[in-house]
Amino acid sequence: MLGVIGVDSLDGLLGDIPVEHRHPSLNLAPGLSEQELSSVFGAIAAENASSSNGYISFLGAGAYSHYIPSTVRAILQRGEFVTAYTPYQPEAAQGTLQVGFEFQTIICQLTGMEVANAGMYDGPTAFAEACLMAARVTKRNRIGVLSTTDDRLPDTLRAYSKYQGIEIVSIAPDATEIPDDLACIGIQSPNFFGQIEDVERLTDLAHANGALSIVHVNPTALGMFKAPGEFDVDIVTADGQPLGVPMAFGGPYVGLFACKKAHIRQMPGRIIGRTTDTKGRTGYALTLQTREQHIRRERATSNICTSTQLIGLMVTVYAATLGKQGMKDLANLCYQKAHYAASEINQLAGFSVSGKGTFFHEFVVTCAGDPARINAALLQRKIIGGLDISERSDNGMLVCVTETSSKADIDRLVAALSEIGVTA
Amino acid sequence: MYPDDLKYSKEHEWVRMNGNIAEVGVTVFAQESLGDVVFVDLPEVGTDIEQFAKFGEIESVKAVSDLFSPVGGKIVEVNSEATDNPESVNTEPYGIGWLIKIELSDTAQLDGLMDAATYEATLD
Amino acid sequence: MTISTGAGDIDRRLLMDRSVSGRRAFTVSESDVPEQVLPDSTLLRDDVELPEVSQLEVIRYFSVLSQLNFSIDTNFYPLGSCTMKYNPKINDELSNLPGLADIHPLQPEETVQGAIRLLKNLQDDLGEITGLPGVSLAPLAGAQGEYAGLLIARAYHEARNDSERVVAIIPDSAHGTNPASAAMAGLEVVTVRSDDQGNVDVDNLRELADGRTAVFMLTIPSTLGLFEPNILEITKIIHDAGGLVYADGANLNALLGLVKLGDLGVDICHSNLHKTFSTPHGGGGPGSGPVMVTDELAQFLPKPVAELTDDGYVLATPAESIGAINGFHGSFSIAARAYAYIKALGLEGLQSVSENAVISANYIQAKLKDKYDLAADRYCMHETVLSASRQKKRGVAGLDIAKRLLDFGIHAPTMYFPMIVDEALMVEPTESESKETLDHFIAVLRQIDDEIDASPELILEAPHDLPVTRLDEAKAARKPVLRWTPEE
Repeated sequence: MLGVIGVDSLDGLLGDIPVEHRHPSLNLAPGLSEQELSSVFGAIAAENASSSNGYISFLGAGAYSHYIPSTVRAILQRGEFVTAYTPYQPEAAQGTLQVGFEFQTIICQLTGMEVANAGMYDGPTAFAEACLMAARVTKRNRIGVLSTTDDRLPDTLRAYSKYQGIEIVSIAPDATEIPDDLACIGIQSPNFFGQIEDVERLTDLAHANGALSIVHVNPTALGMFKAPGEFDVDIVTADGQPLGVPMAFGGPYVGLFACKKAHIRQMPGRIIGRTTDTKGRTGYALTLQTREQHIRRERATSNICTSTQLIGLMVTVYAATLGKQGMKDLANLCYQKAHYAASEINQLAGFSVSGKGTFFHEFVVTCAGDPARINAALLQRKIIGGLDISERSDNGMLVCVTETSSKADIDRLVAALSEIGVTA
Repeated sequence: MYPDDLKYSKEHEWVRMNGNIAEVGVTVFAQESLGDVVFVDLPEVGTDIEQFAKFGEIESVKAVSDLFSPVGGKIVEVNSEATDNPESVNTEPYGIGWLIKIELSDTAQLDGLMDAATYEATLD
Repeated sequence: MTISTGAGDIDRRLLMDRSVSGRRAFTVSESDVPEQVLPDSTLLRDDVELPEVSQLEVIRYFSVLSQLNFSIDTNFYPLGSCTMKYNPKINDELSNLPGLADIHPLQPEETVQGAIRLLKNLQDDLGEITGLPGVSLAPLAGAQGEYAGLLIARAYHEARNDSERVVAIIPDSAHGTNPASAAMAGLEVVTVRSDDQGNVDVDNLRELADGRTAVFMLTIPSTLGLFEPNILEITKIIHDAGGLVYADGANLNALLGLVKLGDLGVDICHSNLHKTFSTPHGGGGPGSGPVMVTDELAQFLPKPVAELTDDGYVLATPAESIGAINGFHGSFSIAARAYAYIKALGLEGLQSVSENAVISANYIQAKLKDKYDLAADRYCMHETVLSASRQKKRGVAGLDIAKRLLDFGIHAPTMYFPMIVDEALMVEPTESESKETLDHFIAVLRQIDDEIDASPELILEAPHDLPVTRLDEAKAARKPVLRWTPEE
């Protein structure tokens, strides 16, 4: 081949690379066989605590343990989905495109919104992009964020808005008045503390002041609780991880993004639309691409290019598998277990769970003492306790219970807390 | 291709005068370069616009272009046919595919535009 | 009614149209706890509208859909700048091991030492490969890596009270994410010209670089697949003007073991793990876009950065960090795959990746240049940009050639990018393909060139042999239909 090219050696092709920097020495280990590699990874995995080595966990706070049906893993075996590129040649990518169209449909059905995109990086970046979109739509640059959101939402928004002249304003959840120059109110419901917010009231308040309403939801909860679309919300975001995606130490996940049809040209991310081919047959293609970076460049709605299409596939298979009844049953099951756990913990001396408000599957436990100490003691019993949120809620621990916790697991947590609390 | 009764700007817009009202659209060259027009973003009636300022955007599947007004004045009409059926810009760019009508603030501005022959020469 | 057959008559009905009331694919477990009081009914929804199909129908539906795709596993996929190399299956398997797939991002650090150790090791390897030792694996894609890199550049200048620096100089050949990221970072985009060889016009750059320059964004090798012969002069110009050099590492597949970006004067770069490091594209992600910087800039890296302390491995936030750019720690299972790839190849393997990538692209270029114009008549790196301008004069555009390739089971190259090349077709074979595959590709492109005269309609109306013919993208944009709706 070098002969065909017309050089004697590879170096003949590298003439433009400064010779003094060519072929540097690299401190990298020699390669491994597949068997050796498996050993290395086995050892890495064994060092981590998970259900596979006897731990039970009650962590939530943005990433959730749910049972993933076998159909999801089975479809992920299809290399045609896994190793395909972004569908810029639609005729060669009808699989990816139709799945994406189904994904958009499912997100609309869950959220009650008119249109959805084909997915963003994760929940917090979807939320940040929603706020920036609200700023573009309303031509205002002050963004209201409810004080009860997960800090990760405004933190990510800060990173995205830092140089765009945006000011972030904190709004109390029981506010009856807001500044009249906000682009939006960003609401998380269930909020960081697990509580359902009064989305309807806050949306009306936003609209009365010319602001958009953005609601960041938990998609599992939407099997049970009213869809935000029913409250005339303008944009809905979420992290799709609970819908069939492994927790995987934080990623990759998928950001869900849905909005009113009127705002569609300001929506970031890829969008898949239906059309026909030259013979009138139905097909799907990326559409409204003029919003995106590869055409509009510095005037794009977002710089996003590669997003999370395969994770979107997992969500689509998950939702298709659980289906209408399954999503409802699952939401109910998580609700039942979490409320059982909350009521049992509430009965322990030194621990309390507030009876105010409504929660789905996460709740705050006010602990007998420092949650960090309690979690350390739980860990000795191979229990990963809820998130220590004492910085935001005195002696607060955010506990999450999903269908992956059996009654025996919950009782084990309760018994452990009981022991630990007593020796406090 | 380039009707003699129109005036042209270097940004590929044309003007047809009717009394003091200027009807504005994009030329055959513009719509050919863009390809199938899928969306036209036009301003509201009543907007004041300066000569050569941006008044909107036109999108095809693969491109987006700014629209620059060949004359200045007040926008008195916006063509809903172009916004509802953007393909009209491709099929009849000088006819039903017109974009906006402007009440001219200064007829001398027309002198800053090209006639058909001059415009066509710039396209080579 | 006659039922038709043939590849073009695949049932394209959506799940909702296949649903039958009451059908189920899955049973949720029964509750094992005492019944709890439900919330007020005003908070609860009625049913959620979702498909009702059997589990077989789920499997069959998605399996049939997958067969409508081209993919690396099934087709030669020479998409320029996307680096469609083989995605080793062992990497998918290992990243899904229990203990890796099922750990929560907020677990106490002592319970995830293996995970953090993996991240640290990958950081070190990427730092070694690029010569830029400060690494964060947080960014979730190349574009996010770019954005993080630009935030770092701005933070650096602000820390030095150099607040005039608000300009990003970007070549006219740049990928769209570069100016898009720059605009998001509040930077004014100033374009530098390319010369007729596809290189940065050094004189133009010298004119543009000044006290307002925050950063110069350069893709190395360039989007034309060419290595800047004046790279050292370029980085010196920027540094002399007080700016930083950002390298878009999308094309890193050309450079592994051949040169370190840090040695060339680059201050910040990102890499695309889903390109160079073999992690699967997934039809559009997930990706991972780690950002690498010099020691001096490491304090600004986004959180988290994995570190080894006396107390073990931790996820740290650097002293002057730009903060969090997304929810958690980055794409961990993508990082795990990339780490597996690097470990398996080792030093020699990585070197041979780039060597073979460069040879393969040059081989294709050498055997096609008599029929297809080259964007620049010189040796390329890992990709070659062909121009279909000669073919255009004979009545067939780059787009048509791309569609015709599909009939041969070959995915089209990247079309119309970079924008400075007329009728561009960017071909990147990667090191994964055999000489036989490359020869076949070359033969097909030569045949298509012959078809222009003999039977142009074969090309102009391509593809013919796929489940759909050319799709009406104008219609999709004019009257957007973006979700299933029930039939009226």
